[in-house]
Amino acid sequence: MAISKEEVLHVARLARLALTEDEVERLTEELDAILDAVGIVGELDLADVPPTSHPLDLVNVWDEDEPRESLSLDEVFANAPARDGDLFRVPPTA
Amino acid sequence: MTWEPVIGLEIHVQLKTRTKMFCRCAAGFGAGENTQTCPVCLGFPGALPVVNRRAVEWAVLLGLALGCEIPGQAVFSRKNYFYPDLPKGYQISQYDLPSCVNGNMILPTASGDRVIGIVRAHLEEDAAKTVHVGGRSGRIGGADVSLVDYNRGGTPLVEIVTAPDLRSADEAKRFLQLLRQTIVELGLSDAEMEKGTLRVDANVSVRPSGSDELRTRTEIKNMNSFNFIARGIEAEVERQVAVWEAGGEVRQETYDFDAASGTLTARRAKEAADDYRYFLPESPAARIRRIEPALDLERATVLVTGGLDRLWDETVAAGADGVAAANVIANALVGAGVEIDAVAPAELARLVEARDRIPRAALDEAIVKLAEPGFSADPYVAQEAVSDTSELEPIVDAILAANPGQVGAYRGGKEGLLGYFVGQVMKETQGRANARVVSELVRSKLEL
Amino acid sequence: MAAVVDTLRLTAEDALGLVKRREISPAELHAAYLDAIGERDGELHAYLRTCEQPSGESIPIALKDVISTKGVETTAGSKILSGYVPVFDATVAARCKAAGLTLLGKTNTDEFAMGSSTENSAWGPSRNPWDPTLVPGGSGGGTSAAVSAGLAPWGLGSDTGGSIKQPSALCGNVGLRPTYGTVSRYGVVAFASSLDQVGPVAKTVRDVALLYSIIAGRDPLDSTTVELPEPVELPAGERLDGLRIGVPKQIESLAAIEMGVRSAFEHALELARDLGAELGECDLPTSYRYGMPCYYLIAPAEASSNLARYDGARFGPRSEAATYREMVERTRDEGFGPEPKRRIMLGTYALSAGYFDAFYGQAQKVRTLLIQEHREALSRFDVIATPTSPTVAFPLGDKAADPLAMYACDLLTIPSCLAGLPGLSIPCGLSDGLPVGLQLLGAQFGENTLFRAGQVLEQAIGFDTVPERLR
Ligand SMILES: [Mg+2]
Ligand SMILES: [Zn+2]
Repeated sequence: MAISKEEVLHVARLARLALTEDEVERLTEELDAILDAVGIVGELDLADVPPTSHPLDLVNVWDEDEPRESLSLDEVFANAPARDGDLFRVPPTA
Repeated sequence: MTWEPVIGLEIHVQLKTRTKMFCRCAAGFGAGENTQTCPVCLGFPGALPVVNRRAVEWAVLLGLALGCEIPGQAVFSRKNYFYPDLPKGYQISQYDLPSCVNGNMILPTASGDRVIGIVRAHLEEDAAKTVHVGGRSGRIGGADVSLVDYNRGGTPLVEIVTAPDLRSADEAKRFLQLLRQTIVELGLSDAEMEKGTLRVDANVSVRPSGSDELRTRTEIKNMNSFNFIARGIEAEVERQVAVWEAGGEVRQETYDFDAASGTLTARRAKEAADDYRYFLPESPAARIRRIEPALDLERATVLVTGGLDRLWDETVAAGADGVAAANVIANALVGAGVEIDAVAPAELARLVEARDRIPRAALDEAIVKLAEPGFSADPYVAQEAVSDTSELEPIVDAILAANPGQVGAYRGGKEGLLGYFVGQVMKETQGRANARVVSELVRSKLEL
Repeated sequence: MAAVVDTLRLTAEDALGLVKRREISPAELHAAYLDAIGERDGELHAYLRTCEQPSGESIPIALKDVISTKGVETTAGSKILSGYVPVFDATVAARCKAAGLTLLGKTNTDEFAMGSSTENSAWGPSRNPWDPTLVPGGSGGGTSAAVSAGLAPWGLGSDTGGSIKQPSALCGNVGLRPTYGTVSRYGVVAFASSLDQVGPVAKTVRDVALLYSIIAGRDPLDSTTVELPEPVELPAGERLDGLRIGVPKQIESLAAIEMGVRSAFEHALELARDLGAELGECDLPTSYRYGMPCYYLIAPAEASSNLARYDGARFGPRSEAATYREMVERTRDEGFGPEPKRRIMLGTYALSAGYFDAFYGQAQKVRTLLIQEHREALSRFDVIATPTSPTVAFPLGDKAADPLAMYACDLLTIPSCLAGLPGLSIPCGLSDGLPVGLQLLGAQFGENTLFRAGQVLEQAIGFDTVPERLR
């Protein structure tokens, strides 16, 4: 087993996915098979190989500190599920 | 027994740039709620960050003022966690490659200057402002809600982390006042605690006076004036001393300081630090370990800490010998002040490969020009150094004859003088001689 | 009186000619495509929504639903973006607008572009115009099906591991995945940021080149873009003299490649040789064994982070709950379909403490090897040729229950995506009456070479892009 049900539950908590019992069962099985398949990258001895995070070599790409127009409030809230005055409303975090 | 406080500070400074860290929304106070927002700082699908140049420059400026080293490379990573004030589900922050490291600040005290270490100073984006509203009248069931204003979200912050070098609440307070003054005089921030443009968390532990152990520390947050900081630390020091003296154990916890009552309240456990997931480039330590086998620890460390290892990696990938490439990069390139990021690894690899058979002068000239756009090693590697011993021998003889004192010294055991003779020959031949051949020739003559 | 246009055969270049010569108005052309959509899209479901009014002075275009379009709902094929109407245009959408192109509609996609059949769309699958019982490929199955069935002259897709090239192959059209960094991703719903690229799909190589010239180039809103080192050239050659084509020696022993695909591919190589190309063997030892595993670590890891913003706080539907945390967990559980969940889980795992080095870190190193071996091969050859997909279009439902079988569809397209290199797929024949794609891979910024080679081969192959059943 590459991954246990407990690990799946832990990962789901990290990823903020309220999985159903069925989903947990199925994902445990699927992730186990996928991790087995992708785990073959471990066959390679790459101790002396540098990692690549990005295939394009660019450095110091930036923009000058000059303000541009922000969105209008209509645009800001056009897709908002809940608005309270000019604030976004969400259930309590505390 | 007397006790000694051990205090380190984490300070967030909001930079007063005109725009945010990763978008060009205006930054600053006073505008209407959510009027300084855009797809980038609201985390709308498909929006992408673009770095604010001035913020980067100011972070470096502040680092220099704090005596920091400014590594050649700083990298932004994603710190993933879920909170409504974090619209993308991650904060963009510098993690293992910050803009500024290893600084210190002098804190003048009655008993002389104290040196307070600065572990690092890095750039990141601020979170939005969340207001928690409880039991509002008129709301169904009076339910609590959280309300979010994204105006502050994405404002550039510099986070400064000190070493645990402060030894009293008063010292911490005076250090902060001095730091604040430095920042304000540089014009980087208003650094006002009441406005939240300067925010301080303190890590506090105590130990028996005179010992150098580090005991469990606690973190105090939410202190919004210099006096509160002093009082908060003082209260925590007293609490810890009492715990130890009663035979107890201080537990690692986070406290909020309540200014009104002057008391500390422990926070409920949040997500453990390990649960933050970072997108990491390979860490410097890991890079040293990776390239060490091809070199040695010393060379590997020089390359990584000098920001030279990426060029080395690519030069070796382009076919160069590892040790030779490391020597050329760390000595010749750095010595010549070559702009490392602009060097084409394939061309450098060709120079490294050819270094022993081309004239020294050609190699030196090529290295100076390596970073020029479109540089090609062609004309340099095509040159041949003078390796013909019959041509070099008279020159060597003449130089040895002209320096009887050094010849005597060499033969008396000062073998380091070999380089001196080689250098003289190179000078005489205007750098056209093959250094290895010359070196062998000189040695054979001296050891006759 | 409107000219009668046969949208099944009309290329974008010809359509532009008609509009320019005023033989048809942009509105009439738009209407002609809407008619075709009305006639055939009920069966194919290439579109998620269409735009009734033409918005520009030129010809129409279809955009994959991962591309933000101001004022037009953009869902990325996901319920979690149901009803989301962007307030800004993606840069590529803005560039199309600036060129006068008029938005015909948003095309279907696997949810968040994750898939190889378009069956992962929350809004139901698209179908292949050559045979509606078969998938059109994915994730850009909607765009490819639309172009193939005459429901759009051309369109834009996005490609992370093959989502432009593979459906182009399965539907018999031409698709380009450009060099990483040449086309802006600003406003394109992100899947895996170090891999995502936007690119054109059309009936001809010239159309693809033309559309590429419209969308490519540096965008100040996307820090990972660069200016093209040379302008795009519309190809118009007849021979391939001097062109060095490398065929990876690993292709021969890949059991996954169907016989019919293999013979169409070999026929195309023979044509290339006849046209003057020099064929040789190249070696990509890491690509076909480790490319797919590498991809299915890197892409999910990046996706798990990119999809963190879907929390129900600022946009999209929300599942109500008593606390913020519960709201987020329920919104995401109800909003994401099985494939994004699978990849978020996989990616979160691969990034989590303790597994980072063995999985994500190791995959990043494999990626370095892939880049090196492609660089080496492309130092000896101008292009690398392989089949685009190991198989022709397959029946709906065939691989839906087996994630690994579905992932294997991209075996041949993935390695060059990881290397950031451009790839062009052109139809090169039929196998059992279904299109086979030829994949041409080039060096970084080597699009013009791909266009030249692809256009000459396209002429020689003479593939009829109109599905037999629609002729
Ligand atoms: Mg911080
Ligand atoms: Zn903004």
